[in-house]
Amino acid sequence: MNLFALHHGWADAAMISAIVVFATIGDVLIASAMRAIGDLDNIRAHSGLIGAILAVLGSPRFVLGVTFMAFSFFSLVFAFSHADLSLIAPASASLTFVTNAIAARFFLHENVDRRRWIAALLVCAGVALMAM
Amino acid sequence: MTHSTMTFRRWLVLGVVAVTAPLGDTLLSIGMTRVGPVSLHHLSELIYALKTPQILAGIALLICFFSSYLASLSWADLTFVLPASSIGNVIVALLARFWKHEHISPMRWLGILLITAAVGFVARGPSYTEVPRPHESLQLEPEAEPR
Repeated sequence: MNLFALHHGWADAAMISAIVVFATIGDVLIASAMRAIGDLDNIRAHSGLIGAILAVLGSPRFVLGVTFMAFSFFSLVFAFSHADLSLIAPASASLTFVTNAIAARFFLHENVDRRRWIAALLVCAGVALMAM
Repeated sequence: MTHSTMTFRRWLVLGVVAVTAPLGDTLLSIGMTRVGPVSLHHLSELIYALKTPQILAGIALLICFFSSYLASLSWADLTFVLPASSIGNVIVALLARFWKHEHISPMRWLGILLITAAVGFVARGPSYTEVPRPHESLQLEPEAEPR
């Protein structure tokens, strides 16, 4: 492997890492915000659709989560302009399933049992295979 | 503690999450192909892109996706919603095969099989982890005696 290829490999890994990290932080913040807000069906039954929308938009954690999702999206667009779509899209999509499972276990205290680990790894492998 | 919070209506919401995300992305992709490349110096061209029916339909579908995704996260775990809604990838691949008559390689069929197995796997388990909220755990403290 020459120096140019090695440099490209590191650049691709850095771009994929940025997409995955931003997407995971965004997903965890949004999930945490929705858990704190409570069941949207109940809120809508009590306060109507506008009340449910205001409850979501009034959560700073939700707004921060959406900001990180936007960072992830712009990192994805940036990566598409510098690397192959066939590498960036499946690698970032499949890795995000695994990092989300790890983050949900530690930050959201979700019970990620063996069943969910296997499901996350199967989806990760499935997404990678479908992009081939 | 985990338990199932799923009802038929909630499975339908997860179905909307699964279908609208890939279909919305596909419509945006078709619309932007019609619009052509947008230069960073002429970003106002993006406003004209909103006149393309495919882009409008794509945005509408992505709004549906995001609202149903938020609703699902309010009654199910992230590690349940993400694998359960990944069946959308399979739906789009099957639409491509049987509607647009695209070729699907054996590797892709294997990918479809793995994702379908994952969805079946996670769907049979509990959907929600009960975590006491801060104000709920405070309520567990013995209340002060009234004077």
